[in-house]
Amino acid sequence: MNVSLTKPKSLDINVIRLEFPILNREVKGRPLIYLDNAATSQKPRQVIDALTQYYNNYNANIHRGIHTLAEEATAAFELTRDTVKDFIGAGFREEVIFTRGTTEGINLVAYSWGRKNIHAGDEIMISSMEHHSNIVPWQLLCEEKNAVLKVIPINDNGELLLDEYEKMLGDKTKMVSIVHVSNALGTVNPVKQMIARAHAVGAVVMVDGAQSAVHLDIDVVDMDCDFFAFSAHKLYGPTGVGVLYGKKALLESMPPFQGGGEMIKEVRFEKTTFNDLPYKFEAGTPNIADVIAFRSALHFVLSIGKEKIRKHEQDLLEYAQHELEKIPGLQIIGKAKEKVSVISFIIDKAHPQDIGILLDNRGIAVRTGHHCAQPLMDRFCIPGTARVSFAVYNTRFEIDELIKGLKRAVKILS
Amino acid sequence: MNPNLTISETEKEITEEFALFDSWDDKYEYIIDLGKRLTPLDPIFKKDENRVRGCQSSVWLVADYLDGKIFYKADSDAMIVKGLISMLIRVLSGRTPDEIIEAKLDFIREIGMTTHLAQTRSNGLLNMVKQIKHYALAYKIKDPVPSKN
Repeated sequence: MNVSLTKPKSLDINVIRLEFPILNREVKGRPLIYLDNAATSQKPRQVIDALTQYYNNYNANIHRGIHTLAEEATAAFELTRDTVKDFIGAGFREEVIFTRGTTEGINLVAYSWGRKNIHAGDEIMISSMEHHSNIVPWQLLCEEKNAVLKVIPINDNGELLLDEYEKMLGDKTKMVSIVHVSNALGTVNPVKQMIARAHAVGAVVMVDGAQSAVHLDIDVVDMDCDFFAFSAHKLYGPTGVGVLYGKKALLESMPPFQGGGEMIKEVRFEKTTFNDLPYKFEAGTPNIADVIAFRSALHFVLSIGKEKIRKHEQDLLEYAQHELEKIPGLQIIGKAKEKVSVISFIIDKAHPQDIGILLDNRGIAVRTGHHCAQPLMDRFCIPGTARVSFAVYNTRFEIDELIKGLKRAVKILS
Repeated sequence: MNPNLTISETEKEITEEFALFDSWDDKYEYIIDLGKRLTPLDPIFKKDENRVRGCQSSVWLVADYLDGKIFYKADSDAMIVKGLISMLIRVLSGRTPDEIIEAKLDFIREIGMTTHLAQTRSNGLLNMVKQIKHYALAYKIKDPVPSKN
């Protein structure tokens, strides 16, 4: 691997760090080093401010009231929809549906599209590197419909076996639901190519973008996915907000997911007619404040530029991999050619949980365990890993501290 | 355990040992050392029925009942958990079911290990304490008037 030893000069990380109030805090008497960004990223000041401003100035329920506050809140809420539409390159604003998160987006599709379109004997395809959120909804659907769940295998580097995938596709394949970027390995899957293959056999494709939306440029039209789901909180935004993108024609053909207010046109006891897209899928009062603040998160990303962020994160990834591999007994799990800034590793004779506790003791936050991807851990015959994942505000200095912490952990534990 | 000390005296002893450490690093180094010194559980006991549910590390717990007292043996694949187990055994093993059921285990808080009792999925200490107490409750019900064999 080529490791550039000079830091890219394009970004002033110290200035960016100032925008994240939480980075000033200490943990166990040391400055916080937050390396658990794949679980959730920290929030810049403008996101926190947007939440406060909403509650201080124009808190109101949306889409119904005729008063000023309701109008302001509705306008701000809908403005996020427009920003999201541009952020993912969607063709129409009504293709953007707000959910609670990626998990709800996948469940919505499995429930609404799945229960209408999946029949006995049909095949649904996922991969070996899926998060439980992209396994369980399909398992439930398969059980209910007597359909078959098929799993695309991976190689030892943590890359999908595309030849196998092609062989597995067939007339019975009705849905391919695939993770764009693996949360546990960091692998970037060639989704565009995979979608084309799936479409060739008439299958519909859902992409789990929970980990990709923050790192990669997303263009759902170019990718040609039928559904794309992601979460705001992994993208510098608030928790409790997600987006489901779906092609308009597909969404229109699907029955509602949940019933309630907002999603109806007319309710009679004899018959209810449903609202138009996107409201058909947004039953009840949505998470107004967090949707509005999500727009500030997207602006934060766009104002720096995804390309610059990616360059910085790739530099951290390469530097960290290079330094980690120098630790005796350390093995990186997931060595795909195309990776985002996520590194899973195990160390001989050191349990991931011990590593996590000892690093936390030095103010360093990492994730340990199976990363909600137990089948993937089984594939590598390990109970879990320690995982570090970088965001725009992380630095090489923090990686040096991580390495020091790991060396000390290994010394104490062995 | 030291049979001459009560549960609370043993807890006090542990708290005093930990008071000697200035830093968290030293505390954990000591716990890890306790873990290393814990007698490993015979592999035949490392089966599912002895497993304590905990998300990240495996913990196995075995209890023997003798002369009205419960003797615990336990093991884990993670070293810090093993150290914590070692302290629990030191405090609770060899006690009567009533003593175990009533034990407050304040020493865990006093030595600063409450994070390991937090309701996160990442640790098994809380489940371990529960399991230890379940055994005590079970033996109390099974043998309400302890018989000396």
